[in-house]
Amino acid sequence: MSLTANDVKKIAHLARLGIAEQDVDHYAKDLSGILDLMTQMGQQDTAGVTPMAHPLDQMQRLREDIVTETDQREHFQAIAPQTEAGLYLVPKVID
Amino acid sequence: MHNLTLTELAEGLRGKQFSSVELTQSFLSRIRQHQDINAFITVSEESALQQAQAADQLLATGNAGPLAGIPIAQKDIFCTLGTKTSCGSKMLDNFTAPYDATVVDNFNRAGAVMLGKLNMDEFAMGSSNETSFYGPVRNPWDTSCVPGGSSGGSAAAIAARLSPAVTGTDTGGSIRQPAALCGITGLKPTYGRVSRYGMIAYASSLDQGGPMARSAEDAALLMQVMAGFDPKDSTSVDQAVPDYSAGLNDSLQGLKIGLPKQFFSAELDSQMAATIQAAVAEYQKLGAEVREVDMPNLELAIPAYYVIASAECSSNLSRYDGVRFGYRCRNPEDLTDLYTRSRGEAFGAEVKRRILMGTYALSAGYYDAYYLKAQQVRRLISDDFKRALSEVDVLMGPVTPSTAFRIGEKTSDPIQMYLEDIYTIAINLAGLPAMSIPAGFVDGKPVGLHVIGDYFSEAKLLNIGHRYQQVTDWHLQVPKGFE
Repeated sequence: MSLTANDVKKIAHLARLGIAEQDVDHYAKDLSGILDLMTQMGQQDTAGVTPMAHPLDQMQRLREDIVTETDQREHFQAIAPQTEAGLYLVPKVID
Repeated sequence: MHNLTLTELAEGLRGKQFSSVELTQSFLSRIRQHQDINAFITVSEESALQQAQAADQLLATGNAGPLAGIPIAQKDIFCTLGTKTSCGSKMLDNFTAPYDATVVDNFNRAGAVMLGKLNMDEFAMGSSNETSFYGPVRNPWDTSCVPGGSSGGSAAAIAARLSPAVTGTDTGGSIRQPAALCGITGLKPTYGRVSRYGMIAYASSLDQGGPMARSAEDAALLMQVMAGFDPKDSTSVDQAVPDYSAGLNDSLQGLKIGLPKQFFSAELDSQMAATIQAAVAEYQKLGAEVREVDMPNLELAIPAYYVIASAECSSNLSRYDGVRFGYRCRNPEDLTDLYTRSRGEAFGAEVKRRILMGTYALSAGYYDAYYLKAQQVRRLISDDFKRALSEVDVLMGPVTPSTAFRIGEKTSDPIQMYLEDIYTIAINLAGLPAMSIPAGFVDGKPVGLHVIGDYFSEAKLLNIGHRYQQVTDWHLQVPKGFE
């Protein structure tokens, strides 16, 4: 199975991941190789096998629905790239 | 002081042979002296000396914790309040976490002194420490070689005696493979045994933190501090923590060792195989019985792992978007440009490959063929282990197909690099505990013995490691120039 340069661009867009134009072919080649490796699983019959999502097959633990977190906005925003009046700033989304 | 065991260091501190400040200064000076190894991303000299002073005061009162005054270093994947946490990435080069990871918190409460943060592959993705934004770490046994990865800085720091104890994390072999290549002891605990809270996520169903040290005895002391239930980690297991040091000297008479025949296939270098067989023979002298076991699905571990790990990574790393923390590109045109360029400029090639692969595997139309299939194969692999571990107590084999390779040797072919983890990856898929202990040398470079146990058998693994280290001296060897 091989991926084309266009496939790579499409996937990169889904992942919102910038890939330099000159690197696209290289990624296409690498990813095609990795896909070939992954395709080896196809030879194994897995009909009726329950997928394993967690190594210990644990149930999701539940907790009381109570407030445990305190307001740490200033603390958290101190490491943000750009904030104003307690808000995170990004480029204008709606005109 | 740098060759003393953790027990000897604790006794020395309590017996006032040296203070924690002296001990800390001694290691800080070794770190400076061996900067060319590049084991550290951040050396936290000032806070380390403050912690050492506080430890000395506590030690004087007699109320000090078990590791009081003992220097340790943290893999730079564990969040530390007030000290940069980069995860080996440009994305987090400007990031100082607003809280401590539970593992870090545990060490702080035990009175340990943090020397700094250790170099690693970017976001723990790599097997050679070459994907780090901060440059490759050098293997103290041969500085032209890699230390392994992703916990490469951790393993090199122990081998070079830059810290008596360190932490690592293991998603597909990242504790055991560097431990093997650097000739140290590394334990990957059962999934859920050590809290993942504040440990930056790569593949959440596989990630597990653990201790790396010079001996099993030292690793047991670290494990005692690291292990335990944490309500802040939704996959933490609520199970009592045993005394990891209590059974270190237990007899191995009658121990049943299984050797998976798939671990001794053609890919394994013949000198490596002979070294592993010699280590197994040593266990027979200690009273163990050995038999071959068959694990037919092991060969599908690499493809299943790279689907699952990439899928989980693409989801976990979507949080790095340049909005709330981490790297942001200059002058974004719009929101999409902000996301795309921030991520494109700050992630390295291997991280990008895995995000792309994971995004593809999870995308509409491919989910069943890749992700679902991989989870089914994961079950088959886990069942292989269950079957084998119902016949024997532990499994043994190599950790790596060969000894440390040269820096740059495998960087051009990602698949060659992935095959480096051929013996370690299946254990993460099953969630089992496993350990690497020094078992000899091939051409002057260390070889690790892989010991794999049943769920929550960490104490048994440490016992098995310790007994071997009582009758061998591989773990006491020091690389030239670091004596």
